[in-house]
Amino acid sequence: MADALLEVRGLTKRFGGLVASDDIALQVAEGETLAVIGPNGAGKTTLIGQLSGDLRPDAGTIRFAGQDITGLGTPARSHRGLARSFQITSIFRDFTALDNVALAVQAHAGHSFRFWRPAREEAALREPARAILERVGLGARADVLAGTLAHGEQRQLEIGMALATRPKLLLLDEPVAGMGVDESQRMVELLRALRGHHTLVLVEHDMDAVFALADRISVLVYGRVIASGAPEAIRANPEVRRAYLGEEDQA
Amino acid sequence: MDSRARAIAVGVGFVALALVPALAAILNQPFYLDLFRRIMIFAIAAVSLDLILGYGGMVSFGHAAYLGLGAYAVAIPAFYGVQSGVVQWTLAVVLSGVAALLIGAVSLRTSGVSFIMITLAFAQMLYYLGISINAWGADDGMRLAQRSQFGGVLDLANPYVFYYVVLAILAVLLWLGHRLIQARFGMVIRASRSNEPRMRAIGFSTFRYRLAAFALAGSVCGLAGALLTNQTEYLTPSFMHWTRSGEIMMMVILGGMGTLFGPVLGAIALLLLEDILSAWTVHWQVVLGPILVLVVLYARGGLWSLLPDGARGDG
Repeated sequence: MADALLEVRGLTKRFGGLVASDDIALQVAEGETLAVIGPNGAGKTTLIGQLSGDLRPDAGTIRFAGQDITGLGTPARSHRGLARSFQITSIFRDFTALDNVALAVQAHAGHSFRFWRPAREEAALREPARAILERVGLGARADVLAGTLAHGEQRQLEIGMALATRPKLLLLDEPVAGMGVDESQRMVELLRALRGHHTLVLVEHDMDAVFALADRISVLVYGRVIASGAPEAIRANPEVRRAYLGEEDQA
Repeated sequence: MDSRARAIAVGVGFVALALVPALAAILNQPFYLDLFRRIMIFAIAAVSLDLILGYGGMVSFGHAAYLGLGAYAVAIPAFYGVQSGVVQWTLAVVLSGVAALLIGAVSLRTSGVSFIMITLAFAQMLYYLGISINAWGADDGMRLAQRSQFGGVLDLANPYVFYYVVLAILAVLLWLGHRLIQARFGMVIRASRSNEPRMRAIGFSTFRYRLAAFALAGSVCGLAGALLTNQTEYLTPSFMHWTRSGEIMMMVILGGMGTLFGPVLGAIALLLLEDILSAWTVHWQVVLGPILVLVVLYARGGLWSLLPDGARGDG
C-alpha cells in the first residue's frame, strides 16, 4: 500500500493520565472502506477528532493524499478533501435541508465575502445541492426545516453535507447510531452506494452495518489498535473476540 | 417570504417617520423633531448591533464603545478647527471599524460569558480613557461649536435637513442590511450562529467572517456616534458607558433579535417609553423595568414578532 490516501503513524493523545490514542497506525487506500470498531471508551471519537482536525495529537503524523496534514485545522482539511459526519447529529436546524447542503457547496465555491446577491438565488449553489439531496434520498424534503426532519433523515442530511464538499475521504462517526431497523437499513444502503465512488472511514458500533460495509476492520481497545484485517479474519481473531465481540454477546 | 402585513408595517413606519417634521411643525412641538431624530440615530446603532448579536450570535456588551469613538471622531477634529463633515464622518467610520477589528480579533477567540465580559471590558477601557484625557474635556466632555459642515450641499444646522439626513441613512442602512443578510456573507454569519463546529467541518474558516461582521457593525455604530454628537452638539464620554451598551442591547431584544426592522421598533419603543414615563414620574425606571420584563417573557421574538408572521424574522 505505497500510495495510501490516508496514513496515520504513531498517533498518540493523552487526557491527563488517560491515553486515549496509543501509538495508532492506520492506512486507508483509495476507494477502500475501513471500519474502526471498539468497545465504549476505546477512543474512537478521539481518533475521529484528530483525523478531522478538531483535536491536536500529542505525537504522531497524519498524511493525507501524500501530504502531512497533522498541523492543519478543520476548515483546511475540508479543503484538502476530508469530510466528516458527526456522531451526534450536527446540522443547521433553523435552515432548510436545501440550505444546509447549499452552505456546504458554498464553502467550496470561492470566498463568501459577497454582500449583495442573494445566496438562495445562486444556481451554482442550489443546483448541486439539489442533486445531492436527491442522491441521499431527501429530494422531496428540500424545503423542510432541517430541525423538523426525522432523526434518520437528519442523518442522511449529514451525509449529504459531507458529500457536498466533494471529499476524497469521508469520516463517518457512527452513522447508524440511534436509528431504528428501517432507518438503519436505509442508511446502510446509502453508504453501500457511496462505497464505489468514495473512500470511507467508518467508526461504528453496529456490527451488522460494519460487516455489511467494511473491506477491512481495525479494532481499537483502550486507545490501541489490537488487530487489523479483513472482516472474516477479525471475526475469527480470538483476541478481538475476547476484548470486544465476546463482550457484545454477553450484553 | 415577505409577508404582506410586515411589508405594510414597514411602509407605514417609514411614511410616519417622514411625516414627523410636518406634524411637529403643525403642532408647534419642535421637541418631537429632536426626539425622533435621536430615536433614529439609536435605531442605526441598534441595527448595527443586531447584525452581530441577532444574526451572528455574538453577544457584544460593549457596542457603545463605537458610538463613543464615532462621537470623538467628530468632536476632536472640530476642536482643532476641522469642521468638514466628510472628514469627520469618514474618520468616525474608519476609526470605530478599526477599533472593532482589533477588539474583535481578541474577543472572538472567546465565547459565551467570556465574550460578553471581554467586550464589556474593552468598552469600559475606552470609557476610562475618555474621562482621563483632560485636553479633550475629560469627564465633562466638550461642546461642539458647530455641526459637521458639508460645504453648501447640506446644512445640518437646519433641523429639518438634519432630520432627513438621518432618516435617509437609516433607510439606506436597512436596504444594505437586507441585501447583506441574504447574500453569501449573511448566510455564513447566520449559519455560524446556528452551528459553528459544523461550519468549520464543511470548510468555512468562520473566524474571518465573524470578525468582518464585528468590524462592520462597529463602523456603522461609529457613524451613529458621529450623528449623535451632532444631535446633542456635545461630546461626553458617557456615550461609551456600559449602561449605554445595555440600552442599545435592550432595543435589539425588545424589538426582535435577528430581524432587520425589530431593532428600529425597539429604539422607538424604548426611547418613547423613557420619554413618556420620565415626564410622568422621576422614578420612571421602576415602571420601565417591569414592562421590559413582560415583553421579554411574553413576546420572545420581540415586538416585531407581534406583527402577523413576524416570528420567522426577515431573513
